[in-house]
Formats: sequence, structure tokens, C-alpha cells
Amino acid sequence: MEPLRIHQGLVCPIDRTNVDTDQIIPKQFLKRIERSGFGQFLFYNWRFDDDGNPRPDFPLNAPEYKGASILVAGENFGCGSSREHAPWAIQDFGFKVLIAPSYADIFKNNCVKNGILAIQASEEQVQTIMKKAKTEGYTLTVNLEDQIVSDNDGFTFHFDIAPYPKEMLLNGWDEIGVTLNYEDKIKQYELAHG
Amino acid sequence: MQTPKNIIQKIWEQHVVHQEEGKPDLLYIDLHLVHEVTSPQAFEGLRMNGRQVRRPDLTYATMDHNVPTRERHIINDPISKKQMDTLKQNCQEFGVTLADINHPDNGIVHVIGPELGLTQPGKTIVCGDSHTSTHGAFGALAFGIGTSEVEHVLATQTLWQAPPKTLNVKVNGRLGTGVTAKDLILAIIGKFGVKFGTGYVIEYTGEAIRAMSMEERMTVCNMSIEGGARAGLISPDETTIEYLRGRKNVPQGQAFEEAAARWKALATDEGAAYDTVVEIDAAEVEPQVTWGTNPGMCIPVTANVPNPNDFEKPSEKDEINRALEYMGLEAGQPISSVKIDHVFIGSCTNSRLSDLRKAAEVIRGKQVAPSVKAMVVPGSFSVKLAAEKEGLDQVFKAAGFEWRDAGCSMCLGMNDDIIPSGERCASTSNRNFEGRQGKGARTHLVSPEMAAAAAIAGHFVDVRKFTAQEVM
Repeated sequence: MEPLRIHQGLVCPIDRTNVDTDQIIPKQFLKRIERSGFGQFLFYNWRFDDDGNPRPDFPLNAPEYKGASILVAGENFGCGSSREHAPWAIQDFGFKVLIAPSYADIFKNNCVKNGILAIQASEEQVQTIMKKAKTEGYTLTVNLEDQIVSDNDGFTFHFDIAPYPKEMLLNGWDEIGVTLNYEDKIKQYELAHG
Repeated sequence: MQTPKNIIQKIWEQHVVHQEEGKPDLLYIDLHLVHEVTSPQAFEGLRMNGRQVRRPDLTYATMDHNVPTRERHIINDPISKKQMDTLKQNCQEFGVTLADINHPDNGIVHVIGPELGLTQPGKTIVCGDSHTSTHGAFGALAFGIGTSEVEHVLATQTLWQAPPKTLNVKVNGRLGTGVTAKDLILAIIGKFGVKFGTGYVIEYTGEAIRAMSMEERMTVCNMSIEGGARAGLISPDETTIEYLRGRKNVPQGQAFEEAAARWKALATDEGAAYDTVVEIDAAEVEPQVTWGTNPGMCIPVTANVPNPNDFEKPSEKDEINRALEYMGLEAGQPISSVKIDHVFIGSCTNSRLSDLRKAAEVIRGKQVAPSVKAMVVPGSFSVKLAAEKEGLDQVFKAAGFEWRDAGCSMCLGMNDDIIPSGERCASTSNRNFEGRQGKGARTHLVSPEMAAAAAIAGHFVDVRKFTAQEVM
């Protein structure tokens, strides 16, 4: 997993609430046994019509958002299924940071495991970004170390993140490797609990 | 005197392997259930790093999502087949027990866990599947995880987890006749919203919950995730103990009595506190039908589809407008006027023997409406056999239902069971998201009884009246 410290990128808005993981990556793409290559299927049913042609009104298809790496969306983003294919698709498409008022628990966990920073912002901050992102070339800078989001016009805010996911993201650690340092404790637990 | 504790706190404390400032707790996992869709990348991760499955004896795998429900040995989709073959190879290589499609214990992971007695009170249970909350019905702390966490549990039998906030959903009074566990959980999500449980583990309490069978409790806990809660559970009682007695993987004889005593002691203490408490009056719950594209968008069968103009928040208006458009419904139209094309009775929410019995009672001696295609997909091999033994398959077939083999089937359409675009399904499953049952498919979530009644009537109908009189 790649460490994430400071990230600057183009912002793409998806102005919808309760975006579920069935939309992020529809079920027909869950049959692959690889971890990579899911980006082409991201938001498939929203991005493409029945004939497989891109829908011009969907932000991910708009030329002005080409290369975007920060996705902003409405509340309860990532609700529904536990499929990690959702963050795999988001990451593979090129997104590194998400900004929303809230996320589903399992989805948020899955993001951390894949080096994606899911920032929880207030409804107001999200609306501000949503508006600004509708103008061309809107970029944000995200500083995970200092927990600050800022743009070039002086809009800035501080965000909260628990110490553990922050550390994991900053260092890009392999969590299993970390946990195996506690193997003695795990053994002790197993001995004590039969 | 010790501070009274709720069951969530008790189970948590019993499973902490390690605690440290600035870190979540390292939690031990007692049972890891595995299926073919969310595990291949996890096993591959183990292989790449030269790691083993730490406790194959605490790991149990099945195939359910891709399984065909007729001629199950012929898997036409080569990618589905590869995913199933991969699970088989992984289980052989890492020494994990697998109930593959030929195995008598095969079925939907959340149906077979309890059937086999693998699911037990006080256990921490995980699976790469969000409906793992189902197992909470037994007083287990059970939650869905992603594939990275699947790999983590395979390698270490633990997970780093921050202690959850606790939420008591108190269901006062009794459900009325014809009102089911499915209606209750839909009504709870409708009332409190699709994210009221985010960050919480729910404990369901109250008279209506105590009166429920284990299968009804599983239906309630199953849909905790649709309210945002990773886990929802119910304190064990005599109903729990009697369900488990004699099952394959539980202790037998005197050892069972000892286990039962330990299990009952896990129940929430009198006067224990929660971070949040919400209440609902069971008597007010009516049979529910979802009209929109998330499970919170539900109304009583007697009500009309909402009008976006009645809502103030622009994001809410937008969401309702979009849902109405996707679902092909008019604001204000009675939900009972909505004609359906398909009926699906199945899924980890409602595919157990009692669900099939109740649906069969509604349709016995009647005929499915000519415009409706209806199917029943039992939750497991063993449910299917038990149903056939008491002749339920004959009741369904005589009414014009298809009687299929076990699997997840049309709940998410990863096999061939898909609803065509624009068509409408009364479904006993758990998610009515856009495209869930097929691209462009329109899903209405209901109880098995309501689905059965809709199959006969050709449109939604109040099952309480339906069973009392013939419906046109």
C-alpha cells in the first residue's frame, strides 16, 4: 500500500446521497478473482447506457473531470454490501481521497485498507466543495499529517481522523504484518480460551 | 456491586487480545465464514506473502452467490465457474472445510451457519458479507468485513476494531396478526433511516422480539446493516437454547447444559446502559412495501407512494424524484395499485423453513396471476429437503411457482436469476438498490406472506385482508 501524506488533485462531484456499493461496482463485476482492473467498471450503470456508451451527463464522463483524484459525494456514501471491489474500483480509477458528510462503516474500513483517505466533512463544507467543483479545474490540497483540506481561494477546514487509520495511511503499512508482531498475545489468548 | 453490562460489552470484553492507547482493540474471532465472491483475493494475498490460515478449524466455507438454482452442476458462466473452482482449490490448499455445491450442508452462508450450530451465543463471527449481522439473532457479535479483513482474519484470527457505540432498539408490545419480523425491521429502517445505526452495534429488545422464533429473529438481525449497523443482536434466552439443542456443531449432553448456562449469562443485565435508545410500538407496524431504491423507502401496504413536494430538504426531494423515476411510480399513487411481473421468495433474509411454510399457507389452493413469474429459492439444501418432506414444494408448484435449488439467487443476480430491465419484482430479499436484481430491474421488498399474496393478486395486497377473503 502506498503511503499518503499530502495530496493535491482535481475534484469530481457526485451530488447524490446514499450512494450504495451496488452502484459503485455492480454485481456482474464481482466474479473476477483478481484485485486489480476494476476501475473500468466504476459506477458502471450510471456511467454507461444500455448499449455501453458513456452517458454524457455523468460527471465521471465529463472531460473537465478527466484525471480527477478527489471524489466528493453526499451522506452515507458506500452503504450496502461489504464488497471491497468498491474501493478497488475507486482506487483503480484514480481516486485517492473521498470527501462526504458520512460513510458506511464497512466501506470506510475497506478504504483504509487500500490507502484511500475517506474524509468526513460537515454537510456545509461538502456543499461548498460541491459548488466549487462545478467550476472548471477545481483542485484541493489534502494534508493528512495536519488533517487540513484547502483550496487556492483560501477555503480551508480541519478534519478528524482516528490515530490508527491515520498512521496506517501515512505509512502505507501492511496491517497483517503489524498484527503478526502481536502473535505471542494471540497465542496467549488461544491458550487461555481453549 | 458490579456495573450492569449489556451483551455487546460482555462479548467485547471476552474477546480483547490486546489493548493499547491510540489503537483500536485487537479482537479475537471465533468463527470465520467464507464464500466464493469475497475470498479469492484474500487467499491470493496469503500465498503471495507465504502465510497460512491460522485456524482452519475456526474457518468454514460455502458456495452460495454464484450457484445456479436449476441444474446446479451446469455452470454456464465460465467466470462464475472459475470463482467457485478457485474457492475449492483454496480450501484444499489451506485446509479449510468447504460445503461445496455437492455437499448436503451447502446453502446460503447465513442460513447454514445457524442450521449447523456453528453460530452460537457469545461468539465473534465475521464473514466477507454485510449480512453477517444475521447471526446476531443468537446473541453473537457478528459483522461483515471486506476482503482485506478476510485475509487478516485468515492470517491472524483477529481484527483491529474500535469498541462500537451501543444502540438499544426497543420494540414495545406485540406485532399484529399478519405482521411479520420483515415488516418490523423494514418499519424500523423506515422510521429511523438508512444510517441510524452507523457506528453502532444494535441490541433489539422488547416483548415483540422475545415472542419471536429464532428464524424471525434472524430476519430482524439480517437487515441491521440496511439501517447502517454492522451488527445487530438479541440476548439469548430459552428460544435460543432450544433451537441449538442437538445441532451438529454444538456440545452434546451435559456439556450442552453447561454451555447453555454460560450463554444465558451473556444476556444484558437488568439496568444496563446503552449509548442510545430508540423505541417503536409493534402494534403500530403494518405490512410494509418498499417503493424506492433503498430499504428505508418503505410504506405500509395501505399507504400511498410519497410526494417529493412534501419534503423540504433539496437533497431529499432529489433522492425521492430519482427513486420514483427509476421505479416508474407516480407520486401519491396507492402502493396496492402497483402491478408486479415477478415474485422472488428467498435470500438470507427470508428463505428458511418457516418463511416457506407461511408463504405456502397464503397460496395454498390458489393460482399465481397469469402475468406473474414466481419462484421459490430455499436458503439451503436442508431447508429444501425439509420443505419437500412436508409437501411445500407441491403447494408452490401447484400454484404455479417454480421450485428451485438453494442459493443467493435473485437477491443479487450473480447467477442466471435476473429480472429484466423495467420489470418489477416483489422480493423477500434485503436490498432494493438500483440494478440489484438486474440492470434497470425494480425491486419491492416485502415479507414472504406479502410476496405470496402479491403473486396471486398480480399486485400488492394487504395480506391481512387477503387471507380473510378472495381477492380479484
